[in-house]
Amino acid sequence: MNIAQFFRNYFTRNGIGLGTFLLVAVLFWVVVLIILPQLSMLDFSFRHHLPPPEMGGPKDTYTLEHYKYLVLGAPGADTSYNVVDLGVFGRTLLAAFFVTILDLVLCYPLAYYLGQSKGGGFIRVLVLLLIIPYWINEILRAFAFRIIFGDSGLINEMMMTMGLIDNPIDFIRANVALYAGLGYAYILLMIFPIYNVIESLDRNQIEAARDMGAPWWRIHWRVVIPYAKPGISSGCTMVFMLTAGALAAPQILGGPSSLWFTQIIYQWFNQGGNWPRGAAFAIVLLVTCIIIVLSMMRLFKVRIGDIGK
Amino acid sequence: MTKGVDVDLEDVWIRFGDFVAVREANVNIKGGEFFSFLGPSGCGKTTILRSVSGFLEPSQGKVRIGGKDMAGIGPNKRPTALIFQNLALFPLMKVWENITFSLEVKGIGKADRRKRADELLDMIALSDQGDKLPSELSGGQKQRVAIARALCAEPDVLLLDEPLSALDLKLRQHMRTELREIQQRVGITFIYITHDQGEALTMSDNVAVMRAGVIDQIATGHTIYNDPATAFVASFVGENNVFRGTIKSIDGDMALVSTNRTGELLSRIATSAKGKLKVGDTAMMFIRPEACDIAADTSPAANRFSAKVKHEEFEGQIYNVFLEGSEGKEIKMSLVNIGKQRASAEGNNLTLEYEPQQAVVLPAGELASE
Repeated sequence: MNIAQFFRNYFTRNGIGLGTFLLVAVLFWVVVLIILPQLSMLDFSFRHHLPPPEMGGPKDTYTLEHYKYLVLGAPGADTSYNVVDLGVFGRTLLAAFFVTILDLVLCYPLAYYLGQSKGGGFIRVLVLLLIIPYWINEILRAFAFRIIFGDSGLINEMMMTMGLIDNPIDFIRANVALYAGLGYAYILLMIFPIYNVIESLDRNQIEAARDMGAPWWRIHWRVVIPYAKPGISSGCTMVFMLTAGALAAPQILGGPSSLWFTQIIYQWFNQGGNWPRGAAFAIVLLVTCIIIVLSMMRLFKVRIGDIGK
Repeated sequence: MTKGVDVDLEDVWIRFGDFVAVREANVNIKGGEFFSFLGPSGCGKTTILRSVSGFLEPSQGKVRIGGKDMAGIGPNKRPTALIFQNLALFPLMKVWENITFSLEVKGIGKADRRKRADELLDMIALSDQGDKLPSELSGGQKQRVAIARALCAEPDVLLLDEPLSALDLKLRQHMRTELREIQQRVGITFIYITHDQGEALTMSDNVAVMRAGVIDQIATGHTIYNDPATAFVASFVGENNVFRGTIKSIDGDMALVSTNRTGELLSRIATSAKGKLKVGDTAMMFIRPEACDIAADTSPAANRFSAKVKHEEFEGQIYNVFLEGSEGKEIKMSLVNIGKQRASAEGNNLTLEYEPQQAVVLPAGELASE
């Protein structure tokens, strides 16, 4: 089918009005909101950090200095690599990976229970209880975690009253609050894709496996998880990407010694006023995350089309 | 392969809250028997099957397999294998992995499993299809894979929950023969659930007919068809014409029934009703469409009645003649097509006769809904 015919069919199917609206809306979204900003970021990342009058002047040429900076550090520094920034970068990815696994372990049983139990009313209440806290602003939620995990917060007070501990535990310094906050922040994005897939799993398959003598863990390993794989990978992708790119939670809940890579990017953009460097760091984070996600999908044999299901 | 073992239900009741799904079921299924539970949907037959497979514990009573009480033993520990109505093949496993899943559970190595799968694939005539996914097979092939998967576990009892209902007519008839053959070859006990009386009668050694949680009759297909125990069985299994009336006189095995519209008719008393029917009781008399014939002699007799022909149908091997009965119901008569052209009797009165031994009279009771 050639393109002209495709468009003719498209407009006869949707009508001129709706067809035009859909086309313009999707194009606006993809081109103006996604492609153009990323392209301009990409462009920024290859430019020198110049004062405004010199922009567009003879010194405004393309350069790799910001990428070099991320890897090698400032010229003339005492280490041969940019240990600080690379360390934060690696730690951020590792932490995002850890948070993703944590969310998966928490959400899979929950999603399985929600998806397979037929009880209507109770389940709807449970789902509602999961959703309602997300009506609250992300930053407020982060502060709520800070209060809960604080020195005189709910958890410390409770444990001290029960006599479990004598002195409050510094959850903030130990980054417990940060991981809990991050894990909680995107938990719905893990539950719902898995829940959606498991809901459509035929109960008889589980019973058939049980009938053939399979213990519960083998039923999950061989029947439920393979079936839920698209949902699991969709959830993991979203949680990983969003955690690695989170800013509010690390800013508010992070301990004094922990720095998130997004915070460094933020500093370059805002405090440092060095947009090209911030852009270069952001591009590196984005590309690395995409590569990690794609290679994970390859490893677990999930096709990109499955995720859209 | 292991020989089949007995399955006994002893005073089994199954309740869901206030609802009684199965009431006082007493069944003795002998080892190696092909046993069917036949009944309309919602009669509790699947519930009984689930209590044998272990997905459900009876509220009361005992389920014994091979003489052993199964209380508290889960489905994964019972010597049964269940074939589901929708087959429930694992869509993401290859056919051979599906078949040998029970061996995988037992921790048997891949090479041995593959070998066993190939043997079973040979048995079900799907030798080179082992590496396909279930979705790549046809309906009948999937059916056979489900059977092979169940047999692979070498169960003592195979439970089948209407496995043929999704197939088209031709395939269904073919699979009946095939199932019966497989059962005789492996020699294990088959318990078959169906609402299709044709399936139950053709395959089974014994059939239990169920109605609203109650087992009305357990007997061979032949007995169930010819000597039904209740009005429900008579009307549910096969087609039957029902004549309501009262008992006028009883002479040994035979009773004279006075019917509303068709006069006094003679009929055999069903075995289950012997000694229970008395003169003056309301009763139901059943005459099968194929037991009726056109009478040459039209003089009144206790095995003749006449009615107006409403319409006729030609079905190929038989003619169906529908006559006006009482309460707006039609009386159906089936005549075998012996190749002779016969004149339509539509609109005329016709006298029918039947062999009184082939008619059966029972106490009035609930009929199967159409």
